[in-house]
Amino acid sequence: MTEHDDLPAAARTRRLEERLIAAGLTSDDEIDEFLTRLYASASPVNGARMAARAWTDPQYRDLLLSDGNAAAGQVGFDGLSYQLRVVANTDQVHNVIVCTLCSCYPVSLLGPSPGWYKSFAYRSRTVREPRAVLAEFGVTLPGTVQISVWDSTSEARYMVLPARPAGTEALDAEQLTALVSRNGLIGTALV
Amino acid sequence: MSAYSPGARIRVRADDPDHHTRMPRYVRGHVGEIVAALDRWPLPDDSARGIVPPRVQTCYAVRFSATDLWGSGDHTVTVDLWESYLDRA
Repeated sequence: MTEHDDLPAAARTRRLEERLIAAGLTSDDEIDEFLTRLYASASPVNGARMAARAWTDPQYRDLLLSDGNAAAGQVGFDGLSYQLRVVANTDQVHNVIVCTLCSCYPVSLLGPSPGWYKSFAYRSRTVREPRAVLAEFGVTLPGTVQISVWDSTSEARYMVLPARPAGTEALDAEQLTALVSRNGLIGTALV
Repeated sequence: MSAYSPGARIRVRADDPDHHTRMPRYVRGHVGEIVAALDRWPLPDDSARGIVPPRVQTCYAVRFSATDLWGSGDHTVTVDLWESYLDRA
């Protein structure tokens, strides 16, 4: 297993940080403080809470799908630094998110992105053969389900609203939230 | 005011700029359909070159069929593209 600090990208990032610090544009303390703030509250539980509420509250679901930022604000996530766009899975459409140019993703609602999300394999294959990629994640969809891939190339960040699993009618909000995984919010899991 | 409405058919320019762009190579020259106008944002091609002020343009979600992009596949791919990447098809 390669240590993070040994990766060429980590070394390049560090050299860039050193140049910015040398130019007086930032400092190590400022970078550390930013990252601590970013990751302290960033968790897939945030996106899961929004999905679970959309399953039980049709008005919230409409808001989530039409104005993601307003819906995030209603559950305490004000001031997202991006336009949030939420796409809903149905029995006819399955959505999956990718960023072919880099690794864009709504970090504050999904937590730090997994290594595979940033891999060349995921980024190149998801737009080309999503059905095969999803099968490798254990998601096998009927041929009647249309796959819709969203490539996050702009300032918008996409999140999937998974379909509510059958047999969950008796669960409360907390139990529903616990069902939703980070991969479900990316589209590489059903929920 | 957006130049394209949802449902409009556009073709992505087949440009090959020598500067940064957020127009992925795999959609260049292809025809897609406008899904939504997202917002107006600075054009990354200008920002990356230090052009002040950068052009601010509408960015659209544009849907392509896998068959058009790759010659096979039954899925769609939706890509966010700034207005100057597009021409009416």
